[in-house]
Amino acid sequence: MASQEMEELVSREYTQGFVTDIESDTVPPGLDESTIAFISNKKGEPEWMLEWRLEAYRQWLTMTTPSWAHLDYPPIDYQAISYYSAPKKDEDRPQSLDEVDPKLLETYEKLGIPLHERAALAGVAVDAVFDSVSVTTTFKDKLAEAGVIFCSISEAIREYPELVRQYLGSVVPQGDNYFAALNSAVFTDGSFVYVPEGVECPMELSTYFRINAANTGQFERTLIVCDKRAQVSYLEGCTAPQRDENQLHAAVVELVALEDANIKYSTVQNWYPGDENGKGGIYNFVTKRGDCRGDRSKISWTQVETGSAITWKYPSCMLRGKDSVGEFYSVAVTNGRQQADTGTKMIHIGEGTRSTIISKGIAAGRSDQAYRGLVKVGPRAKNARNFTQCDSLLIGDRCGAHTFPYQEIGNNSATVEHEATTSKIGEDQLFYCQARGISEEDAVNMIVNGFCKDVFQELPMEFAVEAEALLNVTLEGAVG
Amino acid sequence: MLEVKDLHVTVEGSEILKGLNLTVNPGEVHALMGPNGAGKSTLSAVIAGKDGYEVTSGEVLFEGKNLLEMEIEERALAGILLGFQYPVEIPGVKNIYLLKAALNAQRVARGEEEIPAPEFMKLVREQLSFMKMDGSFLQRAVNEGFSGGEKKRNEILQMLVLQPKLAMLDEIDSGLDIDAMKVVAEGINSLRNADRAILMVTHYQRLLEHIVPDRVHVLVDGRIVKSGDKNLAHELEARGYEWVLEESAA
Ligand SMILES: Nc1ncnc2c1ncn2[C@@H]1O[C@H](COP(=O)(O)OP(=O)(O)OP(=O)(O)O)[C@@H](O)[C@H]1O
Ligand SMILES: [Mg+2]
Repeated sequence: MASQEMEELVSREYTQGFVTDIESDTVPPGLDESTIAFISNKKGEPEWMLEWRLEAYRQWLTMTTPSWAHLDYPPIDYQAISYYSAPKKDEDRPQSLDEVDPKLLETYEKLGIPLHERAALAGVAVDAVFDSVSVTTTFKDKLAEAGVIFCSISEAIREYPELVRQYLGSVVPQGDNYFAALNSAVFTDGSFVYVPEGVECPMELSTYFRINAANTGQFERTLIVCDKRAQVSYLEGCTAPQRDENQLHAAVVELVALEDANIKYSTVQNWYPGDENGKGGIYNFVTKRGDCRGDRSKISWTQVETGSAITWKYPSCMLRGKDSVGEFYSVAVTNGRQQADTGTKMIHIGEGTRSTIISKGIAAGRSDQAYRGLVKVGPRAKNARNFTQCDSLLIGDRCGAHTFPYQEIGNNSATVEHEATTSKIGEDQLFYCQARGISEEDAVNMIVNGFCKDVFQELPMEFAVEAEALLNVTLEGAVG
Repeated sequence: MLEVKDLHVTVEGSEILKGLNLTVNPGEVHALMGPNGAGKSTLSAVIAGKDGYEVTSGEVLFEGKNLLEMEIEERALAGILLGFQYPVEIPGVKNIYLLKAALNAQRVARGEEEIPAPEFMKLVREQLSFMKMDGSFLQRAVNEGFSGGEKKRNEILQMLVLQPKLAMLDEIDSGLDIDAMKVVAEGINSLRNADRAILMVTHYQRLLEHIVPDRVHVLVDGRIVKSGDKNLAHELEARGYEWVLEESAA
């Protein structure tokens, strides 16, 4: 679809009023095996899928919440959460943008994420997740032509069961951790991407997640498989409107890169962080892992985290293939009373594997953040190399930043470098900018964006612009 | 234009400026000299609005407005620009970006549109070549890895782009080689006009040979103890500060 066409589609007059609420088909709060059967049935899933979910659920029941993360939050009542919510008419839900509830599009606009702008930019295909059901998928034809599969995970389970069965849980097993187990049991939507052998995906793939109905947990499951010599760049963005109750988000993202494949996964995460006392934000417990299964494969995570009340997230790479490459570029910004415990794990298994970690943490207000990184080099990972750089910038003196670099080196031919700095935003830098007429707020933004430059330049262009804007919004009123 | 009246300033409990008086009129170039630690940098920092200086009494007026009540950026937008003795490095922020943000802040404050990119580039390139600076300086991070002399040129480049009403230059001549001194001096001289005032802190007569001042002041121990014309600088160069101290003590 031409970008112009897209513009017209989304900018045309709304026929429905602005006040109409989207009706939800929501199950009552609570979780047991029948809830899971309900979800599986709703999704029209095959029997093996239900079994898989139940297996996960049974494992989850035996597990406990990880307590080691540098976070402080009240216990979550999993029985108070509703595990399924979908726009009422599941059968005739919109298949393209022009069928999308204008109210959804309008919400995107309000949140400053004009879908049409994004979609228009360089022909981005959009698979928006609204509550638990994917409501719109565009550019499918063009992708189909290239042989790329890009659809909701539910659709993939129905249409491409062999692929899903082969790869689902192959990177993040059901019982991997508490939140991954919960996700495996109750996931309701998410995206599936398969790029066939030798294909370079003709456009950047993009999914926007958002959470709408109150008290609805969001459990996406994303699976991206890049076959031999295939390439894809995937963008994920998240927003949520203001809420009074904390909301749980426990997504799982699995990436599989076969021989010479290249996956770039970028996230700009902008969930509601709660008010300045930390009330009402999103709890974000995500398991993201990439598996460089093939030789010379490469997986690159780039993330800009500005939202959530609580973030617990460690995008990781399993570097199995010989000479495979893992990268992690991260900017995490916390303000108010936000808490973030993020980082990455680079697991070097194959020979000649390389990884790079660049983490930039910015803490303002009374926020607290921790970087937790693990670099593990296995006995077979001859000549593995890692470079880690971890910088923290503090704004004001009531915030905190902590760095926990862990290294487990099981091979003495490995080269592992770690650099870390913590600095307060320089009074002298601020004065210099202000003495040139730049307001304190703009000066902070400028300095912070400069601090993050190494990461921003890894983001696709339009995402980088948005990331800067987000950072500025997040740090509003951080100084003075 | 600038009136400093009986200014007393305390830094971390000790009084640094002890009743300083200074008047600078439009069109004038003033040179501020004096021994190390006398309070010259303190004066320019207080005028620019830097934190950490407590004004215990006295007044600073700029075009009749009370500067001491204004925020740092308000002072800059009013037309006061401080050229730093030690310009700070800002990693990741492109030099050109800072320049543009500063210029646009001025324009917006005046109720004008932001400058169109081509016009801005033209302006900057002109001034850049005037300062004999390479185009690559625009793309580098602000002052990062600049040599001492390059930082000073960059300060003058900002002056040329931002066209302040009052330019304050703190030891702009320190660390400059002979050619750079000429370039910097030419830059400053090109700023001279009937509406603009320049206040330069310097230790050396050499700069004043290139930029001939209208007034020369000697600041000793927090006060201006002697003022004169350009010949005073010659005299200081030849005789040092000792005699001024004796004269003012008498
Ligand atoms: N932040 C500060 N804390 C403590 N003392 C300070 C501070 N800033 C300035 N001073 C003191 O104030 C006095 C005046 O300093 P100032 O930098 O104004 O001198 P100056 O005339 O510019 O000297 P120079 O010619 O060496 O540059 C010095 O004794 C200095 O140590
Ligand atoms: Mg000084």
